[in-house]
Amino acid sequence: MALLEIRNLSVDFKTAGGKFRAVDNVDVAVDKGDLMAIVGESGSGKSVSMLAVMGLLPWTATVTADVMRFDGQDLLKMPARKRRQIIGRDISMIFQEPMSSLNPCFTVGFQIKEALKSHLGLDRKQRHARAIELLEQVGIPAPEKRLSAFPHQLSGGMSQRMMIAMALACKPKLLIADEPTTALDVTIQAQILELLTDLQKNTGMALILITHDMGVVAETVDRVAVQYAGRRVEEQNVVDLFDDPHHPYTAALLAALPERAHNRLLPTIKGVVPGQFDKIDGCVFAPRCQFADARCRAVPPKPAGKELGDALCHYPLIKGQPQNKEMSA
Amino acid sequence: MLQFLFKRLLTFVPTFIGVTIISFAFIRLLPGDPILLLAGERGVAPERYAELAAQFGFDQPIWRQYLDYLGGIFQGDLGISFTTKRPVLDEFFTLFPATLELSLCAITLAVIIGIPAGVIAAVNRGKFFDQALMTTALTGYSMPIFWWALLLIIVFSSGLGWTPVSGRMSLMYFFDTPTGFMLIDSLLSGQEGAFRSAVAHLILPTVVLATIPLAVIARQTRSAMLEVLGEDYVRTARAKGLSPLRVNGLHALRNAMIPVVTVIGLSVGTLLAGAILTETIFSWPGIGKWMVDSIFRRDYQVVQGGLLLIATIVMAVNLLVDVLYGMINPKIRK
Repeated sequence: MALLEIRNLSVDFKTAGGKFRAVDNVDVAVDKGDLMAIVGESGSGKSVSMLAVMGLLPWTATVTADVMRFDGQDLLKMPARKRRQIIGRDISMIFQEPMSSLNPCFTVGFQIKEALKSHLGLDRKQRHARAIELLEQVGIPAPEKRLSAFPHQLSGGMSQRMMIAMALACKPKLLIADEPTTALDVTIQAQILELLTDLQKNTGMALILITHDMGVVAETVDRVAVQYAGRRVEEQNVVDLFDDPHHPYTAALLAALPERAHNRLLPTIKGVVPGQFDKIDGCVFAPRCQFADARCRAVPPKPAGKELGDALCHYPLIKGQPQNKEMSA
Repeated sequence: MLQFLFKRLLTFVPTFIGVTIISFAFIRLLPGDPILLLAGERGVAPERYAELAAQFGFDQPIWRQYLDYLGGIFQGDLGISFTTKRPVLDEFFTLFPATLELSLCAITLAVIIGIPAGVIAAVNRGKFFDQALMTTALTGYSMPIFWWALLLIIVFSSGLGWTPVSGRMSLMYFFDTPTGFMLIDSLLSGQEGAFRSAVAHLILPTVVLATIPLAVIARQTRSAMLEVLGEDYVRTARAKGLSPLRVNGLHALRNAMIPVVTVIGLSVGTLLAGAILTETIFSWPGIGKWMVDSIFRRDYQVVQGGLLLIATIVMAVNLLVDVLYGMINPKIRK
């Protein structure tokens, strides 16, 4: 049984210009101890889908799904109070901006310990001991002293370590890391990613890494889901994905990696992600796809099947060649 | 912290001197001669006039009068009231507890209701409670205070007879007032019903005086909360699975408190300076009424001294607010 199972998740936002669908029929399945990434550019709905799992979306959002189950419990039908017992204990999340994600008014010690109190009911001494243990675990020197520090006294990398310590406080079964390294400089990025993967291995928790950085994906995770315009367009294990992407979008993304570029000019994907007011009848990627034809623009594609990474494409690629093309004519 | 306090106290000096100059000049700029006003319609003989002027120093050149006034301040002497012949300081300390008691009750009421109301409105933004509260707050803020006070008196005092119309204590009770606070003194007196009478007398003036601060605090809390609720650290708090009460009431509210404490401080300042209208309507023997009467009588010493004391209190409250900022948000402490 999957640890986290989501089927047909959609998230709509109420906006001044009407409804906007940020996530459209996305499936997610994560097993115990999984290490997966959700990749996509800004606005592809990767954070929103995970925030929906956490129940952290603003009131303007409407979440619908056929199934949203965590560890055998139905998150959709669960009362808010029950759900809060899972959030922060069994599922934790860390965010993009560590500096602004910590509350400036409280010491980090207080912020780490409060989850221990509300979820595990530890007493003051146990909380203190556990907090120190956590800071050691995330590699913070002089933990005893750091506990009484305020967030503004910490660097970005240190803040993110604190966030990780906070997320790990109750030994979660699943950690969602939402672009945890985006706001950090490159050397710190590598440290934090290493820390996350080490922790994942040592604790056996599942880790979902949300990122837009294919380089990070290649070095870190086992399995990758690629999201585009609120849809999951492909999902494969990391080696196969880099070896043989089946969706043209994935292929284009990989081609745009500087490490893989052969020409003097870095390949790019022309155009932009469709916005709220772009009405697209067929495939959402069709306007930017080099293989798109009339069928792509008219008919939304269906997932191509497990062996093709469930690529959301009429003509999934095999070794860079679109398939089934001749049949469509 | 000590250094911070000392620095702030230093900035008081120019403000203090400014207040002495303004209060001194301001009352003298008003037309009307205090001696003639004191004498009333019968007038006063020229010899007697000169005698009185000499007694109060009005015959001296104006700069001389100012220096005398300043000299007195440094010796803790604010002069003697021209009309009551009592030291200004004594009068102030007799009347100030009444104002302080009323102001503290009013600000407590405003804070106890205003902050939670603002928080609830922000959390339920756009819903019925929010809109109802904001409309009520605007009404409260816009309503002329004297009219609101009279309305309450008509309904609750003369209509329903639930509360007394004016004053601080029923005439049935008589006791010493060592603290000057009726609520405390009535309890100390041990007389049955005295405390109830003190409370009953306080209710309407408190409600009237609290109305505007309450509206301001509620609105300020709401807007500060709306800003804070979108912050990342609030999301972090929710991601920990904390209860809404803890997320909104602790993580968000603490951050939203800075502007709220500012308006509370400003309100306390103005309330302590004497709620002139409220004190007048309810015949509340506080410093607001005292100042107004003194201005009408051109009681130079009282106006000068009273304004100075009030300004000092307002400055002290502001200092307290600055200290509170640092306690709320450690980033401001440095």
